[in-house]
Amino acid sequence: MADELPKTPMLDELEKGPWPSFVSEIKMAAKRSPASKDLLGILERSYQEKIGHWKHGGIVGVLGYGGGVIGRYCDVPQDFPNVAHFHTIRVNQPAGWYYKTDALRKICDIWEKRGSGMTNMHGSTGDIILLGTSTDQLEPIFEELTAIGFDLGGSGSDVRTPSCCLGKSRCEWACYDTMAACHDFTKNYQDELHRPAFPYKFKFKFSGCPNDCVASVARADMSIIGTWRDNIRIDQKAVGDYASAGVDVTKEIVNLCPAKCMDWDGKMLKIDNSTCRRCMHCINVMPKALRPGKDTGACILIGSKAPIVEGALLSSVIVPFIKMEPPYQEIRDLVERIWDLWCDEGKNRERIGEFIQRVGLGNFLEMIEVEPAAQMVAHPRENPYVFYEEYFEEGEEEAEN
Amino acid sequence: MADAPKKRTTDIGPPHYEQFLPPAIKKNYGQWKYHEILRAGVMKHVAENGDAVYTVRAGGSRLMSIDKIRMICDLADKYADGHLRFTSRHNIEFMFTDEKKIDTLIADLKKIGHPVGGTGPSITSIVHTQGWVHCHSAATDASGIVKSVMDAVIGHFENMDLPAKCRIALACCLNMCGAVHCSDIAILGIHRRPPKINHDLLHKTCEIPNVVSACPTAAIKPTTVNGKPSVTVDEERCMFCANCYTVCPSMTLNNPLNDGVSIWIGGKVSNARHEPMFSKLAIPYIENNPPRWPEVVEAVVNIIDVWKNNARKYERIGEWIERIGWPNFFKLSGIEFGKMHIDDFKHAGLTFKRSAQLTY
Ligand code: SF4
Ligand code: SF4
Repeated sequence: MADELPKTPMLDELEKGPWPSFVSEIKMAAKRSPASKDLLGILERSYQEKIGHWKHGGIVGVLGYGGGVIGRYCDVPQDFPNVAHFHTIRVNQPAGWYYKTDALRKICDIWEKRGSGMTNMHGSTGDIILLGTSTDQLEPIFEELTAIGFDLGGSGSDVRTPSCCLGKSRCEWACYDTMAACHDFTKNYQDELHRPAFPYKFKFKFSGCPNDCVASVARADMSIIGTWRDNIRIDQKAVGDYASAGVDVTKEIVNLCPAKCMDWDGKMLKIDNSTCRRCMHCINVMPKALRPGKDTGACILIGSKAPIVEGALLSSVIVPFIKMEPPYQEIRDLVERIWDLWCDEGKNRERIGEFIQRVGLGNFLEMIEVEPAAQMVAHPRENPYVFYEEYFEEGEEEAEN
Repeated sequence: MADAPKKRTTDIGPPHYEQFLPPAIKKNYGQWKYHEILRAGVMKHVAENGDAVYTVRAGGSRLMSIDKIRMICDLADKYADGHLRFTSRHNIEFMFTDEKKIDTLIADLKKIGHPVGGTGPSITSIVHTQGWVHCHSAATDASGIVKSVMDAVIGHFENMDLPAKCRIALACCLNMCGAVHCSDIAILGIHRRPPKINHDLLHKTCEIPNVVSACPTAAIKPTTVNGKPSVTVDEERCMFCANCYTVCPSMTLNNPLNDGVSIWIGGKVSNARHEPMFSKLAIPYIENNPPRWPEVVEAVVNIIDVWKNNARKYERIGEWIERIGWPNFFKLSGIEFGKMHIDDFKHAGLTFKRSAQLTY
């Protein structure tokens, strides 16, 4: 493999400049891997022609799993035979994306032997992405990965690999143990994760506080966001320290509070917790002085997604507050009621958010046996076309007596 | 499958995270009291018992070779007892308890080409999709634009010099594997011509009822072409979403003459101050111009500069524009407003200005 790398005048331009260069990465891998060498070549051609050269994924995978491998073939195999097959493997990341180097090095060794040597750390959903191998390598890779304690992530119409923020491991704001919950749900739903049987994908994301560091409100079918019910903890002396260090408490905190529930007289910071919206701004600005309360848990929102098919959605509230304690039985029961309904009544490629748009949130709540709560809407309906399901007939009242 | 079936291990799930936690992290799990950002990319977390952990955050490229991962592992071995983590935005974090290691680690990271930063009111690494590197429906490349933009804005990664944080994301088509739709700045690949139908292949490669029902605007109808079952597209109704292409490879949307990039701004996911919001269209179309997409870079830099020069402290792009109003944004940024900015899909009416509260 000592032969030279292909000429890539356009890609070479992307080795210039201070930010880490993906082209240099591919070149490093290409010194060893014929597939990465052809990847350079085919990518250069895409840059010249302004069009991609990959075809739709075929159905490839490992025995007994319906997800975890994305089949990929190029449309010019005669010119780039080493990327004729260039399948992606999704490897389920450990919660919080923590690693020890020995584990990472073992993955690298497998990927050096059996793949292109290119990865994504990590993919959009959270998996380790091993980018580019051929069909015959899939089973051996799977066997070697499981031997070092790793398993595949989700793809297709299944539970996608759940992900979480680092939560209580390093963040003082985490209102519940996101890594424990993420790991627990992932382990519990292995069958749903590996064997697609849903109308479409279903993503869980676990964020420890309303700052929502894993973007769950925008990117998860079920967004589990930590929050608290009691009062923000205030260390008045520390507030004073921030003020003397130059923080303009009125301008930077009180005036920016969306609930207008704060008051600062230069000595004492007061918060009307009954109208505080748990937005995190004040806590973010003065982490030494303010902390979430102690009665912590999560709110659960449902249904966000990217535009495909019917338009983008943000998640919306379905459980305003719940304690987050293992084994999370109440949430599991809820999830399973939702899946049963969606599997029976959802259309092909209809995400849960779109399903709710179609049947109506009120009806959906009824079907999954959840009581409506005022926290679930931004405001009550403005539209007076109300569907009532029952009405009286004359004489009915008497008949009942 | 010539081999006799071996006993396979399946459904073990991911390894338990606990074995990977740095000792000081494991010890103080759930016991953190507060944190400080010492400088861009360097954080100090303090536990109730006074223990302190230092974190150094380096920018990564999402596309990494195993060679680079091994170099990063070498640094983790040298500085952090073999522990490291990645953030949700492709950054790499090293955690340790000895403050004195910070500067040498930063210097070593520099040697392998990785800048330190991305904390607080700054720009952090761009989350993005595969693009021409690995995707069949990409309307643009992802990594090339990301690299070019980050080269231009790296100053805002290495310095916390912005009014608030700025999250940039790129998706190379409307599928948005990167769900970019709630970003401060979203760079989105778009197709602009209706699918080219391969009538000879379609009946062999696709299920016609699926193709018909895939279209959100009902533009696709079954038909027969040269005696073969196929489909037609009512081009007036096509909004180039590529839903049909997703279910049918014989309906090609990719097209070098028409594909390009759009820019959307003002979204956020955090609840801090303003509720989460979608990004809104700023620039409908910029031609693909590889290898460095200078027009896209210039547009992103312009938006950041205008925001930086006009916003108040803590105002993210969307919050700033909500205060000053979109007409002022278009005026200040010099971006032209036109027909493409006006929504015409479902719920479009909700985006019309329905009051006389106007700026001039
Ligand atoms: S958390 Fe938000 S709403 Fe509550 S007091 Fe602080 S700034 Fe106001
Ligand atoms: S690109 Fe979208 S709108 Fe156009 S025909 Fe295909 S599915 Fe319909």
